[in-house]
Amino acid sequence: MKSKCINKLQLTLPALSVNESVARAIVSAFCAQLNPTIEELADIKCAVSEAVTNCIVHAYRETAGDIYISVRIFDTRTVRIEIKDKGCGIADIELVKTPLYTTDTTGERSGMGFAVMESFMDKMTVRSAVGKYTKVTLFKTLSPLEL
Amino acid sequence: MIRKNARVISEIKGDTLRAAVVGEIDHHGAAALREDLDDAIIAARPKVVELDLSTVDFMDSSGLGIIMGRKATADRLGAAFKLINPTKRVARIIELAGLGKVMTVEYKNNEGENK
Repeated sequence: MKSKCINKLQLTLPALSVNESVARAIVSAFCAQLNPTIEELADIKCAVSEAVTNCIVHAYRETAGDIYISVRIFDTRTVRIEIKDKGCGIADIELVKTPLYTTDTTGERSGMGFAVMESFMDKMTVRSAVGKYTKVTLFKTLSPLEL
Repeated sequence: MIRKNARVISEIKGDTLRAAVVGEIDHHGAAALREDLDDAIIAARPKVVELDLSTVDFMDSSGLGIIMGRKATADRLGAAFKLINPTKRVARIIELAGLGKVMTVEYKNNEGENK
C-alpha cells in the first residue's frame, strides 16, 4: 500500500542552542496528533534533539546558520522528520555514525548522537556534501491506535 | 535572559554528596550544569558522589557526556561515583551507551536504602 502524506510542518530556526528544546517541543507537539505513546513521543523528542545539536555543534561549529526542519506524517502512522543544515558537511558518514566516535578531546561528549537516533527511530538516513550541507532523515511508524 | 533548563540541588550526608539534577539535560544547558556539579563536588570533597537522576525530565546524549565527565572529576578526587534512580527514559539511554558497565547505577528510596 502506498502511504499518503496527511499533514506537514516546516520550520526554520537559527542554530542557537536554546532552540534544541524549542525544536524537540514543536516537533513532538506536531506528532502528538497521531496519539503516539509517551515512549514513542519521548523517542522522537530525543532523536530531534540529537540532530539539532549536531547542526549547532558540528555543522555550524557554534557560528550563525539556519536549521531547516520538515516533518511529514502519513496515513500509515509513519512520521518522517528531515533535519538539514548548510554547514561544513561530513566527509566520512560511516565513521561519524560509529557509536562512541567523537571529535571531542575533553571527555565531555559521548559520541552517541547518531547511535541514539538510530536506536530510538525505525530508520535513519544521512546525506552530506563537504562544505555544503548535511541532511538527516528519521522515520518512525507509530504503534496502531487502540480502539 | 534565557532560562536555565536544569538546576542542581545538592545535599551532603556524612561522606556522601548527593547531587540531584532537576529539569532537562541537553547541550544548551550542559556547560552550566557541568560547572554547577563540579563546583558542588570540589567544595564538598566527598568520599562518594551520588548523581541523582530521578528528577530529570529529558536527557539526550549530551547528558551521557556530562555523566562521564563528572565521573572523571570524582575519579580525580579519589571519590566513588554512582548514578541514583534514573527514570525509565534516562535509564534507556544510559543502557544504550553501556554506562552501567563502567559505573554503578543504584535504585534507592528517599532514605537512602536500596529498593
